[in-house]
Amino acid sequence: MPKDSGIGASSKRREDVRFLTGAGNYTDDINVHGQAYVHFLRSDVAHGRIVSIDTSDAAAMPGVVRIFTGDDFAGVGGLPCGWQVTDRFGQPMQEPAHPVLAQGKVRHVGDPIAAVVADSPEQARDAAEAIAVEIEELPAVVDMKAALSADAPKVHDDLTSNLCYDWGFVEENKDAVAAAFEKAAHVTTLELVNQRLVANPMEPRVAVGDYSRATDESTLYTTSQNPHVIRLLMGAFVLGIPEHKLRVVAPDVGGGFGTKIFHYAEEAFCTFAARQLARAVKWTSSRSEAFMSDAHGRDHVTKIELALDADNNFTALRTETYANMGAYLSTFAPSVPTWLHGTLMAGNYKTPLIYVNVKAVFTNTVPVDAYRGAGRPEATYQLERVIDKAARELGVDPIALRRQNFITQFPYATPVAVEYDTGDYHATMDKLEEIADLAGFEARLAESKARGKLRGLGVNCYIEACGIAPSNLVGQLGARAGLYESATVRVNATGSISVMTGSHSHGQGHETAFPQVVADMLGIDESMVEIVHGDTARTPMGMGTYGSRSLAVGGSAMVKATNKIIAKAKKIAAHLLEASEADIELKDGQFSVAGTDKSVAWGDVTLAAYVPHNYPLEDMEPGLEETAFYDPSNFTYPSGAYACEVEVDPDTGRVTVERFAAADDFGNIVNPMIVSGQVHGGLAQGIGQALLEGAAYDENGQLLTGSYMDYAMPRASDLPFYTVDHSCSTPCTHNPLGVKGCGEAGAIGSPPAVVNAVVDALRRQGHDITHIDMPLSPSRVWAAMQGE
Amino acid sequence: MYAFDFEKPSTIAEAVAALKDEDAQALSGGQTLLPTLKQRLASPSKLVSLGGIAEMQGICHNDAGQICIGAATPHARVAAEVAGDYPALAALAGGIGDPAVRNRGTIGGSLANNDPSACYPSAALASGAVIVTNARQIAADEYFQGMFATALDEGEIITEVRFPVPQSAAYVKFEQPASRFALVGVFVARFADGVRVAVTGASENGVFRWAEAEAALSANFAADALDGLSLPADGMIADLHGSAAYRAHLVAVLTKRAVANAS
Repeated sequence: MPKDSGIGASSKRREDVRFLTGAGNYTDDINVHGQAYVHFLRSDVAHGRIVSIDTSDAAAMPGVVRIFTGDDFAGVGGLPCGWQVTDRFGQPMQEPAHPVLAQGKVRHVGDPIAAVVADSPEQARDAAEAIAVEIEELPAVVDMKAALSADAPKVHDDLTSNLCYDWGFVEENKDAVAAAFEKAAHVTTLELVNQRLVANPMEPRVAVGDYSRATDESTLYTTSQNPHVIRLLMGAFVLGIPEHKLRVVAPDVGGGFGTKIFHYAEEAFCTFAARQLARAVKWTSSRSEAFMSDAHGRDHVTKIELALDADNNFTALRTETYANMGAYLSTFAPSVPTWLHGTLMAGNYKTPLIYVNVKAVFTNTVPVDAYRGAGRPEATYQLERVIDKAARELGVDPIALRRQNFITQFPYATPVAVEYDTGDYHATMDKLEEIADLAGFEARLAESKARGKLRGLGVNCYIEACGIAPSNLVGQLGARAGLYESATVRVNATGSISVMTGSHSHGQGHETAFPQVVADMLGIDESMVEIVHGDTARTPMGMGTYGSRSLAVGGSAMVKATNKIIAKAKKIAAHLLEASEADIELKDGQFSVAGTDKSVAWGDVTLAAYVPHNYPLEDMEPGLEETAFYDPSNFTYPSGAYACEVEVDPDTGRVTVERFAAADDFGNIVNPMIVSGQVHGGLAQGIGQALLEGAAYDENGQLLTGSYMDYAMPRASDLPFYTVDHSCSTPCTHNPLGVKGCGEAGAIGSPPAVVNAVVDALRRQGHDITHIDMPLSPSRVWAAMQGE
Repeated sequence: MYAFDFEKPSTIAEAVAALKDEDAQALSGGQTLLPTLKQRLASPSKLVSLGGIAEMQGICHNDAGQICIGAATPHARVAAEVAGDYPALAALAGGIGDPAVRNRGTIGGSLANNDPSACYPSAALASGAVIVTNARQIAADEYFQGMFATALDEGEIITEVRFPVPQSAAYVKFEQPASRFALVGVFVARFADGVRVAVTGASENGVFRWAEAEAALSANFAADALDGLSLPADGMIADLHGSAAYRAHLVAVLTKRAVANAS
């Protein structure tokens, strides 16, 4: 029986009431009395030397408060990078400066050159157009391999080349992998592109900087997934504001998908300018600005090789990837193609030897960083595509080939440095075969054929590492931050509870799911628990939400804090009941003495904590508030099996997704409806990547997909009704709830299923096609059918 | 957008007078113009709204049996009101943009703009429509003069569009994946005296008639009458969303489908 409350119940998302009725409080809804507005003048060339900036005419225009250029930030720090990768040769990555406003050079279309602060947004924009900028245009580097040629123009003159790092993982395995390839009975090779994407959250970025002369305090309201991280990075590394004088608020945030993790120039600018002007400064991104200033995602060019023995066992895997960093290092960019990618190359398979090489490259393009899945979709896509290709080359069933190579013993230490705690890959594949009705495929194929359509079936597995992350481990890997999470459980006198969490909800539903956990533990109603998040002044220092970490890490901190509450409350109850603490039981919100009918209610205990008239004051402090920090001992490893059926129109190349089934193992589940919703959203983005989305630059570094006229977002009509199932559960062994992350799975697992399905459809029709690069737009599929 | 003056006249004569100002611009739905203004890509001194002119609204039939659509009539109204008399035209109007676009955008605005990927030009050209302005009547064959180019003079206003009703017709649109404009759209209209085929989205010269297909279909109105017919890729639009050869190929595919769908 489904539960109707607590852990396991599909409680309706309480936050949706305000979102759907226009009562949300987004950053753009925040207006500070007397605020000014900033407009950024951005580079319209990809690469150039700034010869001069003349602001004199603009400064004299109506309403202009002040115009800032790079010179104003000469004494200010640049935007920091939060992760240092060490290369194959033991050297640190090349790390260029990243000024708030361009200094000396512009390096991508959209690079901010000047910022005009004025009384109104229109005046700021008018004045920005009156700034005379002379730029000596330089040749742009766009293609990654060309960027690494000896005579390529350098994006950063002070670096030795455009190579950020050349990373090998596990470097010590390189020769053994090569030897395994020498001995292989069969080698399958695939070259592919995981294209550049723009995250496109529904809410564009916004920043409001405020400053109080009275207290010397700065406040930044911003569209962030992690306000404490922004406070730390901006306060300590950019502006030099101590944390007790800097508050960062990320209120309702309308979607992040990774692109709102990072610390952006506009945040630092608004905070800085507000202090300079003693006046609040607001910036609201237009959608056009978002395309050229939000960090992009993916953009990998990969060659993958899979070695198999004569019995079709995987014996070794080798990859070479070029990863685009863009013009600067965004906050966590270096970690994405390395530790979030190389460590996942084992997938669900017991391949004993793996070597991953990644060359990260600077180009004159928008910086690239984490986007839903971040490294793990790139790993999954290449691995599941090359396995499919191998199955075709060997003439074996792609599911059977996968099953044959599944990891079946847990815990399992992969050759790429992670240890899977649990999983049952045969179980999810069994479930997939059932819910996708794979047995009925042949009949559906015939029915499609009768309508003149080519039907194809694509199946793949995925595993991901999420619930980021053990701090001591990531510290060894180059992270410049801890990745624990925090929670304060504040029980109020009459028994209601405020939970201050370091996690941040920008669509995930924390305000619903987190109370389910606390209420379940205490046996009280969910409505008595409120979640407070997104404000450094109200919550303990937390690391925010990304990498499918909120419930696994933030939820664990909350459980720890709630356990402390229970322990103290039992002491109070024991005193009130004149019983031994060891005899106190908590059930359904009642503390009772075991074996008796004596009990005291939750509310009586909480009142006693704050009105301690009858209270063991000599033994215990009054009050009922506990804080816990939780640092995970491992990642969580959700896994699953996905199946996609497509139809291809042979006349036009148009692909339609007819069926999509996802069988996921997320361990224990707190709110099944929210989990299904996360899978649905992830699938939409994964199918969007497979069929529609793609950012493109021309050879001069001009962004060709700078609006929705050319950047194709998936719409409801592009997507099928999904069949999702998360009944296969191997609970996580190392966190108290036994939960695994679910937020990125859909986006990680679905692109290869779609591409596998299209290739299958075309091959069934006799086309000798082994691969088509995403997005599988009608024109690309048609061209492939023409042999192009 | 930049600042501009705004007028909303109630007669065609007043509108014509208002448009005599230098850099004045007619506004009729604004589904292209307003985004252009917001991006500061246009800076008219004055916008003259044609939305308040009663004689430019609505749909009726004339004595010649033509459907006469006031130029300021929004797409949604055409979709609803001509569904019985000219279902292919109604279906085209009902497939433009999204509901917000269809309730603001107008037939006159679309034809005056003559976007090479717009739907309406193909209907007007395939139907042999007459573009009525404040000054004259222009046959569709004379009206469309290339990408964003028309026979309209400076300050001339489309007031009405008259559609002869074919025996059968269909419009088939293949959507560009991002904008959902026509990557290619083909309108086939069969009249007693012959078949007209108009293609939008494909050519660098805007909407055009495909003469070979018209001849073949006039002789035999069947999809297989088009077998072997193709258009050269020369002069077709090539961009991220499709090569010139792909567009030329789609024209043939969609023309066959339009013939098969004609009703």
